[in-house]
Amino acid sequence: MEDKKIKNYPLVRMENIHKRFGGVVALRGVNFDLDYSEIVGLVGDNGAGKSTLIKILSGAHPPTEGTIYFEGKKVEINSPKDAKQIGIETVYQDLALAENLDVASNIFLGREFIRSGLGKFLRMIDRKKMWQEAEKVMRSLEIQIGSVKTLVKNLSGGQRQAVAIGKTVYLKPKVIIMDEPTANISVKERSKVLELIQKLKKEGISLIFISHNLHEVFSVVDRVVVLNRGEKVGDEKVENTSIDEVVKLMIGR
Amino acid sequence: MKAKEEAIQAGREIAIGKGQKILHILNTGLKNYGIFFAFFITCVIMTILTPVFITPRNIFNIIRQVSMIGIIAIGMTFVILSAEIDLSVGSMVAFTGVIAAGLQVYNGCSTFIATLVPLLLATLLGIGMGVVITKTNVHSFVVTLGMLSIARGLGLIYSGGYPISGLNPSFRFIGGGMIGPVPVPVIIYLGVIIVGYFILSQTTFGKYVYAIGGNREAARLSGIPVNFYRTIVFGICSFSAGIAGIILASRVNSGQPTAGLGWELDVIASVIIGGTSLFGGRGGIIGTVIGSLFLGVLRNGLNLLGVSPFYQQVFIGLLIIIAVILDKFRR
Repeated sequence: MEDKKIKNYPLVRMENIHKRFGGVVALRGVNFDLDYSEIVGLVGDNGAGKSTLIKILSGAHPPTEGTIYFEGKKVEINSPKDAKQIGIETVYQDLALAENLDVASNIFLGREFIRSGLGKFLRMIDRKKMWQEAEKVMRSLEIQIGSVKTLVKNLSGGQRQAVAIGKTVYLKPKVIIMDEPTANISVKERSKVLELIQKLKKEGISLIFISHNLHEVFSVVDRVVVLNRGEKVGDEKVENTSIDEVVKLMIGR
Repeated sequence: MKAKEEAIQAGREIAIGKGQKILHILNTGLKNYGIFFAFFITCVIMTILTPVFITPRNIFNIIRQVSMIGIIAIGMTFVILSAEIDLSVGSMVAFTGVIAAGLQVYNGCSTFIATLVPLLLATLLGIGMGVVITKTNVHSFVVTLGMLSIARGLGLIYSGGYPISGLNPSFRFIGGGMIGPVPVPVIIYLGVIIVGYFILSQTTFGKYVYAIGGNREAARLSGIPVNFYRTIVFGICSFSAGIAGIILASRVNSGQPTAGLGWELDVIASVIIGGTSLFGGRGGIIGTVIGSLFLGVLRNGLNLLGVSPFYQQVFIGLLIIIAVILDKFRR
């Protein structure tokens, strides 16, 4: 039964997704699949609808029309919470870290370890456990950040990215969406982050990777999906296409 | 000759290096602990200048005078840490005081009821502000400014504009009583400090207050019910203003509809001088307590020295500006 499920359904299937913001049509009937342990690159010019599409999957916007299947079952994703619940996590472009807090606090923000509670409202944080666990997470990512007690504002772009990824990895999600994960970091750190993505794939996580840098996309993804003006115009395994072809699809009209 | 020059040059460099290091330590020390230094130095100076200053009686006197503003400042710390502001606290003091007095004088309520009901009403008004702020996305500055007027108006309506006096003897214990050598308001203040410190530094709620103040969007995306906590924070601040209102009414043995005028400024000043960032996300209870005490010590010391209150205002104004400038450099 399990096997059959895997054979028949991809991990994620978004079917005929439409999204309108008032009079503006952001997506018109997009179909998008993501398979088990697959990295898909989502590319397109500004305003092509990439961000809208992943925001629908991550629960930030509900679709105007369309259906989402997860592991073969139809799901309703109306909030980030819904998405998290079924195992979809997002690493946001602006990283969504609280710079005034330390690394450990950021990794476990919203799901702190609790020592003891005085009711639901006053839960005491188990700081020691959080530091230990954060230490483990960061070590598994093989990115040096010094101490997990360091404030995030004192970290470099790549280190911040690692913290943001660590934050999602700890949840053992099935899907990680990465919106421009290499946008604000140095070249040296960039390759680290790309290695990290490969590593996550090996652990059986599927990833959606959004980037403007097509060289980067081609170096890391299995399949590339091209959006243009709210429509899907290309969907190919990387070995069957080229950067030139993708660029043509991106800017063609 | 040349060797000598080089030696001098090297010596100079070492000296510069050392000097910079000391400057650096002084710099970061002043930025992070400046308020503690300033407070300590002020206390030392006052002790030298006026022998009365350091007597236990005067110290309790200072803390009692500080306690009401100090209690509200604890609540305000939650609000400012989450990058909001509450201007209504002064009016809330009058509102709760008048209700507490009215319940006793008009309705013959017990001290317990006359304390509990105003506190509850203040908390509800605070939560109400929070709901309006989070639902409509109108800045807290505006909504709490509105409440500054509304709460003051409600107090005036309820009392007809006159002080309500003749309170229960047991009620008067809250603001005027002593337990041993310690005034009751000081004990209440201590309790509020401990609870506030515990919540902010030990609980998830405290962590979320910092997270919301640091990056509200990040907090939301982390699954924290941001608007719920933002709302609660206003409830806490109004509740703390309510406590101060009860203490004040008890102390002056009447509900004064004009009480607490302008207190919001002293409260916010205490928090800011204590090093909590107006932009949210940084600071804490200990700083606020020091900030409150600092203002109290300054007032008390200048009084003992016979400095006119007019000058005191100038001093305190300068202090606020310096505190904010320090905060700016720390960012």
